[in-house]
Amino acid sequence: MRQAFKRLGAAMLAGALILGTAVAANAETVLHRGNGAEPETLDLHKSTGVPEANIIYDLHEGLVVFSADGLPVPGVAESWDVSDDGMTYTFHLRADAKWSNGAPVTAGDFVFSLRRAVDPATGSEYAPTLAPIMNAEDIIAGTTPPDQLGAAVVDSRTLKLTLKAPTPYFIGLMAHHISWPVHKATVQKFGDEWTRPGNSVTNGAYVISEWVPQSKIVAKKNPNFHDAANVTIDTIVYYPTEDIDEEFKRFRAGELDMTYTVPTDKVKWAAKNMPKEYRNSSYFGTYYYVVNLTREPLGTDVKLRRALALAIDRDKLVDKITQGGEQPAYAWVPPGVAGYDYQQADFAAMTQAERDAEAKKILAEAGYGPENPLKVEVLHNTSERHRRIAIAIASMWKKTLGVDMTLTNQEWKVYMETRDAKQFQVVRAAWIGDYMDAVNFLDLFISTAGVRNDPGYTNPKFDELMAAAGVNPDPAARADQLEEAERIFLADLPIIPIYHYRNTTMVSTKIQGVIENVLGFHLSRYISKS
Amino acid sequence: MLSYAIRRLFGAVPTLLLLVAVAFFMMRLAPGGPFDKERKVPAEVLANLEKAYHLDEPLIAQFVRYLGNVLRGDFGPSFKYKDFSVTELIWGGFPTSLTLGGTAILLAGVIGITLGIFAALRQNTMVDYVLMASAMTGIALPNFVVAPLLTLVFGLWLSWLPVGGWGDSWTQGILPIVALTLPEIAAIARLTRASMIETLRSNYVRTARAKGLPERVAILRHALKGALLPVISYLGPAVAGIITGSIIIEQIFSIPGIGRYFVQASLNRDYTLVMGVTIFYGVIIILFNLAVDLIYGFLDPKVRYD
Repeated sequence: MRQAFKRLGAAMLAGALILGTAVAANAETVLHRGNGAEPETLDLHKSTGVPEANIIYDLHEGLVVFSADGLPVPGVAESWDVSDDGMTYTFHLRADAKWSNGAPVTAGDFVFSLRRAVDPATGSEYAPTLAPIMNAEDIIAGTTPPDQLGAAVVDSRTLKLTLKAPTPYFIGLMAHHISWPVHKATVQKFGDEWTRPGNSVTNGAYVISEWVPQSKIVAKKNPNFHDAANVTIDTIVYYPTEDIDEEFKRFRAGELDMTYTVPTDKVKWAAKNMPKEYRNSSYFGTYYYVVNLTREPLGTDVKLRRALALAIDRDKLVDKITQGGEQPAYAWVPPGVAGYDYQQADFAAMTQAERDAEAKKILAEAGYGPENPLKVEVLHNTSERHRRIAIAIASMWKKTLGVDMTLTNQEWKVYMETRDAKQFQVVRAAWIGDYMDAVNFLDLFISTAGVRNDPGYTNPKFDELMAAAGVNPDPAARADQLEEAERIFLADLPIIPIYHYRNTTMVSTKIQGVIENVLGFHLSRYISKS
Repeated sequence: MLSYAIRRLFGAVPTLLLLVAVAFFMMRLAPGGPFDKERKVPAEVLANLEKAYHLDEPLIAQFVRYLGNVLRGDFGPSFKYKDFSVTELIWGGFPTSLTLGGTAILLAGVIGITLGIFAALRQNTMVDYVLMASAMTGIALPNFVVAPLLTLVFGLWLSWLPVGGWGDSWTQGILPIVALTLPEIAAIARLTRASMIETLRSNYVRTARAKGLPERVAILRHALKGALLPVISYLGPAVAGIITGSIIIEQIFSIPGIGRYFVQASLNRDYTLVMGVTIFYGVIIILFNLAVDLIYGFLDPKVRYD
């Protein structure tokens, strides 16, 4: 009898447990996010891509974080003071900032992490982003030891960062994961494997719980996160879906709540048939053609470059070819940078007919005609999208100017090598900003930018303005200098801007809190699901 | 026969070494490297990275180091997926590819051989024509057409099956297995039919029939054994290919197999991963070719391994 009761009890207990888990499973909110490619690494000091950043921003928290609308707001730091000369930042850390193992996040964690980021032994590709911090560049170059970095502990909740020059966008930079903390003991214990589920200790809204390469990454809500009370998604599953057509299908089948992107040829369909789910927002990037300034005749004759830039009917291109609602670009820095007026080349205000007329005139004056057509070679990496854009541009140049264009495509890595060796006349390129500042774009073309300066652009006036802006503590005066630098750049046309990117995604109607923002980051802690 | 198998395995060592050497140097001849990106890495950072991965050493020194590591069973870290070693990536994905490919080839073998025999016995009838026409269609329609069609019809329109994913529910395996199986059924059925027709005309089958054996026994015990020889030859490399995954099927159905690494690793110049999958595939091919030869010993009385 007793035995029977025991059994009954056990059965009831088991039943209750099953029931309990069933109820818990029902109550659990799971967010299914399409996330582009398989992350190369989740080590926030080594990662470079957007799929990685999407996950890292959920797992970790920096001094400053992105708000739901993409602006830098206090994270681990509840406040900060900036010295009058703009060279010293003192961050006051919140008392309730904790690692997922319950330990407090301290100023020492930040010092350790910043030194790790710039330490040559780490091999961080993004380390140069921290260049504004005192001695960072020398440490990266290996000439100064990492402990000389301008980062110091005042007390466990106060961190002092010393800069080499005033940097108005420094707070924005602190929202980038390269400046974020890692858990010292975990990194030292596990080495390259510290990011694995089970090993990983993080201080963000979520903790990684499962990682199956090429299949999924699962993150669970971190109960130790200081704002856990306002985090409504319990579990996030990120799916690396490299085939974007299939990602779109999985979304339509209800298997995903959010997609990473929308296939170009589905954009029109999605806008028409799924208008509530389809999102299209401006994105901090520019698609452009680089002209090799060391090659005649295009490289040495700004008028010819202007003719080519004029004769591209960008409205038609984005409407008929790219079809993603892209914004025609007559500028280098995309619109939407706070405190910076959007600059455009003078021909932005002209009609396409006027542009074509001027382009024709330039070419005729330069002696090009049907007998003697201008020859242009365009290189792009192998991709259907780039090919279609190039063919459309070729036909516009041909029709308007009689230009003979030859098109070469190369596999990605070969293309990169050709481009770096400057073995091209015109090459297609794209740039997506990391932080919201014009410098993030303009910096590419200072004469000392090395291999990043694809056209080989040098203009002392441009360099001078960039250098002056780099040390100007007055934000308005600095913006004026940068704007003038971009105007000079656009008049010189070492590159031909084509369009500014748009971010196209599908978001289920069950999802709230995905707010349009120009960097395109949507932290899961702000998202809810009904 | 055991000694034959052991001899063959020892004989494979130089083959593998040659494979490793050729793959290693060809990979390095390809333009570009693992750290070439649109977002340029500053020279000093690139130097740090190359040092960390020993890419700054002379190529020969790198090769010797690599060979030494491989002999110790260390295939190195992936250059692209930095948080994982090559061994982890391959052993992590192989069970998935094996499950998927193994099921597909098993189904394809059973169905294909049955259909092939069936068509051969009814040679030049309507049944034969219909079967062979569908087999031809199956061979002609590539995976990358069939797979998206399957997801569209059964995943989206009918909503019967998941569009993609792996490991959450067994139903996620159905469409990829169908997509993998169809072309294999077609190939095996055609091979079986052709070889069966030839065998049915042979003297030993005529003898079997002449001595009064029932038709079923004459076909299954005598004709089939001989007819399977070309099918087995085909199946050896086919099994090796299918259980090491397919990039097309894996990408379309979001399956975490190892097929994608064969293509992506070389596109990414992920040197260590390219070497890892090359060696892995080499070993599998050698094993299956050996298996084919051993099975021949059972099926064909003319083959002896002593």
